Amino acid sequence: MSTNTVARKPLVLGNKTYKDVTDDILGPVESAPSKRWFALFLSAKMLFLFYILHIAYIVAVGIGLLGVNHPIAWGTMIVTFVFWIGIGHAGTLISAVLFLFRQKWRTSVARSAEAMTVFAVMTAGIFPLIHTGRPWLDFWLMPYPNQRGPLWVNFRSPLLWDVFAVSTYATVSAVFWYVGMVPDFATIRDRAKTKLRRMIYGALSLGWRGSARDWAHYEMVYLVLAGLSTPLVLSVHTIVSFDFAVSMLPGWHTTIFPPYFVAGAIFSGFGMVVTLLTLVRIGFPQFKNYITIDHMEVMNKIIMATGLMVGYAYGSEFFIAWYSGNPFEVYAFTNRAFGPYWWAYWIMITCNVVIPQLFWFERFRRSIPVMFVVSIFVNIGMWFERFVITVTSLHRDFLPSNWGMYAWSWFDTAILFGSFGMFLTIFMLYLKFVPAISIAEVKPVLYVGKKRPGHLGGGH
Amino acid sequence: MAKNNGSGKSGGVAGIWLDDHDCVVAATKVREAGFKKFDAITPFPVHGMEEAIGIKRSIIPYVTFVFALIGLACGVALQQWTSAVSWPINVGGKPFFSGPAFVPIMFELTILFSALASVVALFAICRLPKHDPPVIDPDLTSHKFAIFISEEDAGYNVERCEQLLKSLGAAEVKRLSHY
Repeated sequence: MSTNTVARKPLVLGNKTYKDVTDDILGPVESAPSKRWFALFLSAKMLFLFYILHIAYIVAVGIGLLGVNHPIAWGTMIVTFVFWIGIGHAGTLISAVLFLFRQKWRTSVARSAEAMTVFAVMTAGIFPLIHTGRPWLDFWLMPYPNQRGPLWVNFRSPLLWDVFAVSTYATVSAVFWYVGMVPDFATIRDRAKTKLRRMIYGALSLGWRGSARDWAHYEMVYLVLAGLSTPLVLSVHTIVSFDFAVSMLPGWHTTIFPPYFVAGAIFSGFGMVVTLLTLVRIGFPQFKNYITIDHMEVMNKIIMATGLMVGYAYGSEFFIAWYSGNPFEVYAFTNRAFGPYWWAYWIMITCNVVIPQLFWFERFRRSIPVMFVVSIFVNIGMWFERFVITVTSLHRDFLPSNWGMYAWSWFDTAILFGSFGMFLTIFMLYLKFVPAISIAEVKPVLYVGKKRPGHLGGGH
Repeated sequence: MAKNNGSGKSGGVAGIWLDDHDCVVAATKVREAGFKKFDAITPFPVHGMEEAIGIKRSIIPYVTFVFALIGLACGVALQQWTSAVSWPINVGGKPFFSGPAFVPIMFELTILFSALASVVALFAICRLPKHDPPVIDPDLTSHKFAIFISEEDAGYNVERCEQLLKSLGAAEVKRLSHY
C-alpha cells in the first residue's frame, strides 16, 4: 500500500493506458496536417523568405544598411543574437538541470523545450556570422592551419570564447535532443503504415529495439549528457556576457553580468516556452492531458522567480554605479533611465519586472490567456534589455564629442521580425514530423499521483 | 554476454506481457530459474528491470571521464601551441600562455569531447545503428513488454522455457528463429 501522506498531483490527466499515450502523441505525426497548421506554416515560411531576402541584401551591400554607425558599432544583430541565445537556455534548463533535480514534471515539456533550444541557437548563430560584415570569410573564426603565417585566432578574446561556447552548445544540445528522440522514432517505425515512413523513421531510429541492456546504457548516457549540459548552459551566457563585461565601457564593465545574463536567459527562455506551449495546446488539444495547467503553472513560477532576479540585478547595477563613486558609471545609468533612450529602459522595466508580478496570484498563473500575454511581454522586455545594454552604453561613453544615436533602419526591423520567421518555420516542421512530447519519458511517470489499475500502490 | 547484447543470429523464446510490473516480476523469476542469457524488450526504461535481470552498471561514465581529460588536454595544447609556440604575438602585454584567459575554451572542449564520446560509446556498446533488426512484436516499442530467452543459454530447452514464461503470466509466447 502507498504510504504517501501528501498526495502528488498527477502528471498526466485522464485514465490513459500506454497505448493511449502512444496514439495521442503520435497523432500529429501520423495524420495529415490540419488547415490551421498549413496556414501557420505558410505564414511563417513567408516571413522566413522575407528574412532570407533581407539577409541576402545585407550580405551583398554591407551591414551599413542597418543602423550601426560610430559610436554604436553593435546594433540589432548583436542584440537579437543575445536575445535568441538566451531563449535557448530554458530548453537545456528543463531537459538537463530539472532532470538532475528529478523534477518529473519536466518529462512532458522537455522535448519541445529542447527543440526550441536547438532552433533558437540556430537562429541566433546567423547574426554574429553576418555581423562580421564579410560572412564568406567566417571560417577565419576557427583556428585552422593556414598560409598567413600561420596566423592564429586570439584566444584571449571573449569574442572567440563565444565562437567555442556557442558552437559547443549548439552541438551538445542537438545531440542531447536527438538521443532523446531515438526510442520515439523506433515507436513510429514499428507503427508505420507506409513504406516511406518506415524507411525514414527506421533510419532515424538507428535500429533501436528497447533491449533492457541498451536501456541501461541509454539512461546512463542521458544522465551524463544532463550532467555535462548543466555547466555548459551556465557557461554559454556567462561567456556571452563576457563579450560586454570584459570591455572598459561604463554600463558593460560590471562583475554582475554573468549571473545577471544567465538569470535573464532563463527568464526569457521560459517566456518563450510558455508562449509556444500555450499555442501547442490549442493546436493539438490531445496534448492538454500531458502539458497540463499544473505544468504551465510551475513554469510561470519560474518566470516570476527569475524575473525577480533580473529586477534585483537592475537595482543592483544602479546601486553599484552610485556606490562606486565613478562619475562615468553614474552617468551611464542615469542616462539609461532618463536619457534619450528612456523609453527603451522603461519598456524593459515594465515588461520584465512589473508585469510578471501578476503571477503572485494563482488565478493568473493558471490562466492560459493571461500567461500567454505575460509571456509575450517577457519576450519583448528581454529583447529591450539587450537593446538597452548594448545601445545605451555605446551611445554615450566617456567623451561627449564621441556621442551619437543609433540610426534604426528598415533593415533592423526586417531582420528582427524575419528571424521569428526562421524560428517558427522550423518549429512548425518539428511539430509535424517529430513527436512533440517524449513518449518514452512520459510513460514511466504515467501513474504518478494516480491509483494504478490492477495494483495496490500508487505506481512506483 | 556480447552476443546477447546485439541482434545476434541465435533464436530463442519470447514471452510478451501487457504490464510492465508483471514483466519485471517475471524477469526476476526467469533469473531465479537459472537463466543468464535473457533480455527484456520494453518501450521505455522500466523501473527495477536492471536489478531483475542483473544488468551491471554501465561503463560509459568512464569513457566520459577519459575523454573529458583528453578534451581538456587538447584545449591546453591547442592554445599553448598556437599562442606561444607556432606564432607568438604580444597581445596587450599579456603572457604568451595567458592561463586565465584560456580557461573558457579549455572548459568548452572538455564538455564537447566528453559529450560526443559518451554518445559514440553508447552507439558502439549498443551496436547502433542496426540495419533492420528483427522485430519480435511491433507493439514492443509502444505498450507491450517482452522477455526473450536465448537458445544459447545453458539451461535452454524450448518446452521448458515456454512453460516457464506461460506460468509467469505471459499473454503470448513466441518461438523465434533469430533474435
